[in-house]
Amino acid sequence: MSTERINTPDLNTPSEPFVVEALTAEQIKEELTRQYPSKVKRKRDKQIVLNEKKKDESGSLTLPVINANTRTSPGIITQRGCTYAGCKGVIMGPTRDIINITHGPIGCGYYSWLTRRNQTKPPTEEHDNYIPYSFSTDMQDENIIFGGEKKLKAAIKEAYEMFHPKAIAVFATCPVGLIGDDVHQACREMKRELVDCNVFAFSCEGYKGVSQSAGHHIANNGVFQNMVGNQTKEPKGKFKINLLGEYNIGGDAFVLEEMFEKCGITLLSTFSGNSTVEQFEQAHWAELNCVMCHRSINYVADMIEKKYGAPWIKVNFIGAKATAKSLRKIAEFFNDPDLTERVENFITAEYPAVLKAQAEILPRTEGKRAMLFVGGSRAHSYQELFSEIGMKTIAAGYEFAHRDDYEGRKVLPDIKVDADSRNIEELTVERDEELYREPKTNADLESLKNRDFFENYKGMMADMGEKAMIIDDVSHHEAEKLIEMCQPDIFCAGIKEKYAVQKLGVPCKQLHSYDYGGPYAGFQGAIQFYSDIDRMVNSKVKDMIKAPWE
Amino acid sequence: MALLRHTTDDVVERQALTVNPAKTCQPIGAMYAALGIHRCLPHSHGSQGCCSYHRSTLSRHYKEPAMAATSSFTEGSSVFGGQANLLQGLNTIFSVYKPDVVAVHTTCLSETIGDDIPQIADAAVAKGFVPEGKRVIHCNTPSYVGSHTTGFANMTKAMVDYFSTSTTDEKIDGQVNIIPGWVEPADMSEIKRLVKLMGLDGITFPDTSGVLDAPLKSEYNMYPDGGTTIDQLESTGDSAGTIALGPICSGPAAEALKNKCQVPQETLPLPIGLRATDIFIQALRKYNGGEVPAEITAERGRLVDLVSDMSQYFYGKTVALWGDPDQLVSLTQFLVDLDMRPKYIVTGTPGKAFLRRIGEVLGDSVKEVIAKQGPQADMLYLHQLIKREKVDLLIGNTYGKYISRDEDIPLLRHGFPIIDRIGHQYFPTTGYRGAMRLCEKILDAFLDRQDRDSPEESFELTM
Repeated sequence: MSTERINTPDLNTPSEPFVVEALTAEQIKEELTRQYPSKVKRKRDKQIVLNEKKKDESGSLTLPVINANTRTSPGIITQRGCTYAGCKGVIMGPTRDIINITHGPIGCGYYSWLTRRNQTKPPTEEHDNYIPYSFSTDMQDENIIFGGEKKLKAAIKEAYEMFHPKAIAVFATCPVGLIGDDVHQACREMKRELVDCNVFAFSCEGYKGVSQSAGHHIANNGVFQNMVGNQTKEPKGKFKINLLGEYNIGGDAFVLEEMFEKCGITLLSTFSGNSTVEQFEQAHWAELNCVMCHRSINYVADMIEKKYGAPWIKVNFIGAKATAKSLRKIAEFFNDPDLTERVENFITAEYPAVLKAQAEILPRTEGKRAMLFVGGSRAHSYQELFSEIGMKTIAAGYEFAHRDDYEGRKVLPDIKVDADSRNIEELTVERDEELYREPKTNADLESLKNRDFFENYKGMMADMGEKAMIIDDVSHHEAEKLIEMCQPDIFCAGIKEKYAVQKLGVPCKQLHSYDYGGPYAGFQGAIQFYSDIDRMVNSKVKDMIKAPWE
Repeated sequence: MALLRHTTDDVVERQALTVNPAKTCQPIGAMYAALGIHRCLPHSHGSQGCCSYHRSTLSRHYKEPAMAATSSFTEGSSVFGGQANLLQGLNTIFSVYKPDVVAVHTTCLSETIGDDIPQIADAAVAKGFVPEGKRVIHCNTPSYVGSHTTGFANMTKAMVDYFSTSTTDEKIDGQVNIIPGWVEPADMSEIKRLVKLMGLDGITFPDTSGVLDAPLKSEYNMYPDGGTTIDQLESTGDSAGTIALGPICSGPAAEALKNKCQVPQETLPLPIGLRATDIFIQALRKYNGGEVPAEITAERGRLVDLVSDMSQYFYGKTVALWGDPDQLVSLTQFLVDLDMRPKYIVTGTPGKAFLRRIGEVLGDSVKEVIAKQGPQADMLYLHQLIKREKVDLLIGNTYGKYISRDEDIPLLRHGFPIIDRIGHQYFPTTGYRGAMRLCEKILDAFLDRQDRDSPEESFELTM
């Protein structure tokens, strides 16, 4: 079998300066914030930056500093959600065999019921799957006045007696913290009483932190403390990895599971798309952690490394080229000729279809311009997909990412945790003397370490064009102005933005829900994405908007 | 594979756990109602997650923008109160988004803290954050009381509290206030059409038609043409009467208007189905001298004709329903009139009056029906009942599709939210025309099923 490497060409490198119809990037930036009260303008000015890259004296790249992960300005119309959404909705929601009980009034549990498309596929009818269910203590006014712990314990008991799940997780909502319900104590008591059910809680009240991000951190801590490491027997398999920060939206994780299987890589767990309790419990046996969504899961990656020894690498399976690169990176880590051959064979088998799709679609998409304002990860990773069909990303931003996601992990030592996020617990993790295993340390790995192979996320800005507009926590006002001034060919955001953007005559691709399509991960996903974007940027709708008599 | 594989037919009494709720929380109702005021920006006084969830749900239902701002509480404001947040929020809102009205509702967070919204709004006026002629209104919408319908009722009542003014002792002849309740924009349009056909000057509030069904024009207008204007809301105090459609959603506003401006009110069922529409038209006759135009009588006749033509397919069919009390009562009445048999009726919205109203509608057949309200009247319970004894049709929101698929029972999507179909807000289910549409949809569901299940030899061309 041939192990010749298939060429994964660069189709487009966004490098031209960002200029729109006589307006410079500076002028556009000024226009975005002109109407704000002065205090708000001062704050927003630090969250809107032009991507001016400079070389310092040593010749290494420096990026502008962006203000991120700070409180939202009231009234500005933010895209952001809350800590509960980050914890229950994002990280814990996708696991099919935990009963997730929302401790609060009915809304929080209701709105996070099946609304994120984290698909799951239990192998048989007998396997648990609670994802189509929403469980809540449905707090009433008397629970606010007299406390809700008693009702919470009764609800846990009722859930256990009806369903006998392996695990029950409890999520605190806004009023729970205020009235002083001790959800952790209640769970400890119930865990003792129920004996064969792991019961634990998350203090993810909506007001904590400044966004979903705090909820990610709280969920990481909870998973790590309550589940990771519980399986003491080493699972079978060669080249054991975990895939961290992949939530199986629209079946992305299914594509990746199949890919790993074909390459002979053993996937012990995914955090947390299509996941189970058992997967979390055996995650510490992995030799390598592969991080997809850096923002939501880098905490677990760091904690596993400290406690159990396995290092982590940043991977990206969004984009065909990125997928090939990430697979090769995993193969490079294990440095096994058989694995390398299987990876190359897989790429060789899959890539021609990608190139064919690119060649067919490129003439219709080349030179078109995209804007991406999505969560904490996809605003970066999806730029690869656009560049593969010749499209430029002229503006991008995250709802809730931190500076390291924009500027790269090298700025981590410079980040100051402000008062709004100080109360999010940082776990102190120590080496587990029994289970810690030294990471592989052959000579090659030493050289990999020197090449920034591990724990290196360079951030979004490094990959973006000169003077591209980078906007953190974009407001509705800024998004609308930006679209009016720059007339992008496509705008990527979420459900709240979609229809307002489309009223402006610009198609809006939802990159949270994928507009109920997908998958977009891996090679097959890339082809699907090219086709969806082609349909959207070339739709006939825009020719019909004006009435013939207007 | 069963989607709801853990649901068994074993109905165990629960006290504490709600599973698959048949309701959601107050603020989304207040947000929806506030969008029915012209040039109004709803504002959620709480942490921002609520606001995002509520906007998202409305957008998923309407496939339209649903704008709202939030106070974005942090941990600090949760301890010390949200005054600074709301003040800054109002300043930014009026500087940038320039609404005529900001309609503030609360969440479980600000309610538990006990923020005093009118006092904060006064402070905002004093600081010059509220421009001349602009208004800030509010209602309290604690999520741990009632449901989304309660929130809708509270914001609708706030419109009366803040705007309705009685300028003379003489009420304006032929001017009637219509409070349409929580229905689709097309329903509000249909209700307005009927009022106009009756020759009356109606003030409909709230009115989301023209707001959550806005046209695509290459420009985005944050405040579309629709919505009840402030002038109209003020004038409600001078109307000859108020017709409130649905006691849960519309009753409190009508009662408040009666107390505040001495406008007589009548609270009627939502005009879904023939008899409830008859009651609505009869009520309108009191204000127009009793005339009913031929056009309306003909519409009614067409509906009766349709019901007569469809009768053989409807007779005796059993139905499970869930949703909001006002809608369920009228739907139940209509099903009974179609010779169908409502069998299970659940609403997560608490309130014992619901069971009394359902009992009145069902009359003698009430014994065969299970109806339940409150926290444990959820869709798990409903599913358990269905597992014990099946029905022929499900009527309710999108969440019913899981039961529909598992039990292979057709689903008629009705109520809120419908997030897996597009275009429903353009077609009313109120009035005689709306009733005709309901009949067509029910029959389509039955006949599609018959076509699918018929053996080849009895597969029919004409039905």
